[in-house]
Amino acid sequence: MNCHEIHPLLHAYVDSELSLMPSLEVDRHLKSCAACAAMKRSLESLRANLRNADLAYRAPESLRARLRKSVAAETEEKPHRVSRPWLWQLIALGSLGFAVFTLMLQPAGISSHDRLADEAISDHVRSLMAGHLMDVASTDQHTVKPWFNGKIDFAPEVKDFAAQGFPLVGGRLDYLEGQTVAALVYQRNKHTINAFVWPAKTASRNSVQEHRGYTVINRDINGLHYCIVSDLNGKELQEFANLLGG
Amino acid sequence: METMSAIDPQRQFEQVVVPHLDAAYNLARWLAGNEHDAEDIAQEACLRAFRFLGGFRGGNARSWLLTVVRNTAYTWLKQNRPQAVVSIAEDELHEIEDPDALKNHSSALHHADRDVLRAALEQLPTEFREVLILRELEGLSYKEISEVADAPIGTVMSRLARARRQLQNFLAKKGELP
Repeated sequence: MNCHEIHPLLHAYVDSELSLMPSLEVDRHLKSCAACAAMKRSLESLRANLRNADLAYRAPESLRARLRKSVAAETEEKPHRVSRPWLWQLIALGSLGFAVFTLMLQPAGISSHDRLADEAISDHVRSLMAGHLMDVASTDQHTVKPWFNGKIDFAPEVKDFAAQGFPLVGGRLDYLEGQTVAALVYQRNKHTINAFVWPAKTASRNSVQEHRGYTVINRDINGLHYCIVSDLNGKELQEFANLLGG
Repeated sequence: METMSAIDPQRQFEQVVVPHLDAAYNLARWLAGNEHDAEDIAQEACLRAFRFLGGFRGGNARSWLLTVVRNTAYTWLKQNRPQAVVSIAEDELHEIEDPDALKNHSSALHHADRDVLRAALEQLPTEFREVLILRELEGLSYKEISEVADAPIGTVMSRLARARRQLQNFLAKKGELP
């Protein structure tokens, strides 16, 4: 990676929010680049100053006392608050159902999936930070699809799902599992969705993962493999994946 | 199955809310800018949290309480100081990293004065100040900040980067950077 690619990653790096692979790449770069190493030191020094300056305010005793009084008063007003154990059972049941659902979607080959998820999330994060989200910015599928011609040796299906609330915003080339892949960029409210596409090679890999706060969905559709990444919630991202599957 | 509603609400308040009172007050104090308003906001937020303890599903009590504090503070700010919550344009993303701006500060910052650091944080736009408070003073992860600030992780990251850069610029002007 060159300096231009390293800069956007430095904040996540000093915050220990970068995953292993990009973090190693930053390490490697910092060893050989004095300018970036100085930037990193300056960020670390700013962080240390903020932490060491004792800037946090502590709650005054008066607040603690007033709160306890108010809480006691409210408790006395309603000594028997409506007991709603059924609500908790419902919530527990719901969570259990979701857990089972998620487990069912988890295939056996976890480690390679984790690696792919890790790599895909890093690509996603980099695309958001470096301001290189798109090489071709267009909401028109007939502009985005031909843009990939000649750049990759497969033709990803490009569809706009604006009507369903997932507008297409553009595309770019990216790199995953050692190959050039097409990245289709969609939007859901304020959330960005990256759908990485390349020809499916191995046995079909379908999964839904929650990883480092992101949702990653892997799915094979018509001989192409889609790896979909976003900080959008799992339910809506599944909805999106189903649209891709057409 | 033990249900939350079976627990004495006062005890539950002591267990879920009180341990994070300092964090709640700290965020309110940094958002409100003075002790008096911060106490009002923190008190209202904690009482709201108490009333909604049934809505707390376990897990990270601190993030949950901070979310309530943040919402209470923003409602209060919108009513009392609308100019403080002018939304910052999120589309200036490409502006996040200006390598030259960073280069000017490439020398390490030595023991910046506490009052200057305070002033530097206070002059930041509210949305920038809050991500720095949550990250540096409360030690929240990007994911937790994104929940509390109700913003996608990408937005949290760009706000953090821009907040730090503005802080460095301010400190450089005050001569806190060599």
